[in-house]
Amino acid sequence: MSTVKLTVNGKAVSVDVEDRTLLVHLLRENLNLTGTHVGCDTSQCGACVVHVDGRAVKSCTMLAGQAAGCNVTTIEGLAKGDELHPMQAAFRDNHGLQCGYCTPGMIMSAVDIVHRHGGKLDEETVRHELEGNICRCTGYHNIVKAVLDAAGRMKVAQAAE
Amino acid sequence: MYETNYHRASSVADAAATFAKGAESKFLAGGQTLLPVMKQRLAAPTDVIDLSKVQEMIGIEVSGDTVTIKGATPHYDVAQSDAVQKAIPALANLASMIGDPAVRYRGTIGGSLANNDPAADYPAALLALGATVKTNKRSITAEDFFKGLFTTALEDGEIITAVSFPVPAKAGYAKFPNPASRFALTGVFVARTKAGDVRVAATGASQSGVMRVAPIEQALKANWAASALDSVTIPASGLLADIHGSADYRANLVKVMGQRAVTAAG
Ligand SMILES: Cc1cc2nc3c(=O)[nH]c(=O)nc-3n(C[C@H](O)[C@H](O)[C@H](O)COP(=O)(O)OP(=O)(O)OC[C@H]3O[C@@H](n4cnc5c(N)ncnc54)[C@H](O)[C@@H]3O)c2cc1C
Ligand code: FES
Ligand code: FES
Repeated sequence: MSTVKLTVNGKAVSVDVEDRTLLVHLLRENLNLTGTHVGCDTSQCGACVVHVDGRAVKSCTMLAGQAAGCNVTTIEGLAKGDELHPMQAAFRDNHGLQCGYCTPGMIMSAVDIVHRHGGKLDEETVRHELEGNICRCTGYHNIVKAVLDAAGRMKVAQAAE
Repeated sequence: MYETNYHRASSVADAAATFAKGAESKFLAGGQTLLPVMKQRLAAPTDVIDLSKVQEMIGIEVSGDTVTIKGATPHYDVAQSDAVQKAIPALANLASMIGDPAVRYRGTIGGSLANNDPAADYPAALLALGATVKTNKRSITAEDFFKGLFTTALEDGEIITAVSFPVPAKAGYAKFPNPASRFALTGVFVARTKAGDVRVAATGASQSGVMRVAPIEQALKANWAASALDSVTIPASGLLADIHGSADYRANLVKVMGQRAVTAAG
């Protein structure tokens, strides 16, 4: 057992876990942040994506101990109170989800994509960048639309700040 | 995953010392190979020693005609590096094609090389560019480093601290990715050294891991052009055959990816 101290969605937390604990299990089972999903055991589906120190990573492929001292943002940390993050709002408005299982990971990856590419996003880039996120329902079409829509909204939001 | 003890190394020396103390230690870098394998209980190290926060193992240096990428540098950093994009654009491009963005943020060059997956991308670049692997004990040429499927010259407890690449006159990489994993169904790296030599390496193709491709090297030495490979045939013997493609299919892919790599190199 080890004590892992990290910051999750802006709050400092300290959790006692076995060394073999994956970050995703620390989030889901110790912190009850069940928005982060587990969709595979091969590190391929992306349902578990969270931001660690600003980078979108698969929380099923990182030991909890590796995140000690890091700043973690999960899907629960995106909205400001009742106001959805522009990426969440765009997924809702564009019908970017059906069962919703892949959605938290999609959104966390998508926010990272917009951060990296800013205004230079086009459909081909979004499709290529979402290679690590698998959706079994939507056929991706409305997900891509949502990400492009959100990229525009995030630019406007940034300009207003 | 079986129980294990996690250690975060603070330096290369600390990592080596901690490794020696464990009963069955393993280094952990990006974890993009080791953790899935541990989850499947195909590996059960008593101790994992995390290299990913060892500052002396992260970063990229360009001096004169050499690009040095330190052992725990993530693929993303290599892909984004202005210095690599300028000195060896094919290498930055290769790194940008590994897996997906989340894999590139965590996965490292040292982890990829130590693992030596027969379909991994970096081995092709090392062999074609004539790179040198630096460890905490010695320097190993690419030729001597790769020893077949998932096998390298590394000794137990030896740490890849850096890889140095001579800057070529021209280089290009093209891969046909497996549509699910993005690993190379076949990838070919072509390089023309500043001394005028031509070196070509293919990954994902051979049953014994990354290999040089002599027929393509000879054709390109005579004429550095994609069309120079039109009449080249690659023997299918010794090539991989699986549900993704037969040996003949891969032999043809080596040629076609070789042509695309030359076009990319310009
Ligand atoms: C979904 C997915 C897609 C992928 N697609 C590709 C792809 O298209 N192309 C490709 O090339 N790879 C691909 N990979 C593999 C990826 O590049 C891994 O990052 C890489 O193979 C291992 O690097 P790592 O840093 O994650 O190492 P780890 O998983 O941490 O370690 C791997 C092995 O290397 C050892 N090791 C690690 N660092 C060192 C060191 N510095 N010195 C000595 N030994 C060390 C470890 O002990 C372990 O045995 C993919 C992986 C995933 C999960
Ligand atoms: S649960 Fe992490 S990639 Fe599938
Ligand atoms: S919405 Fe069901 S998996 Fe994507």
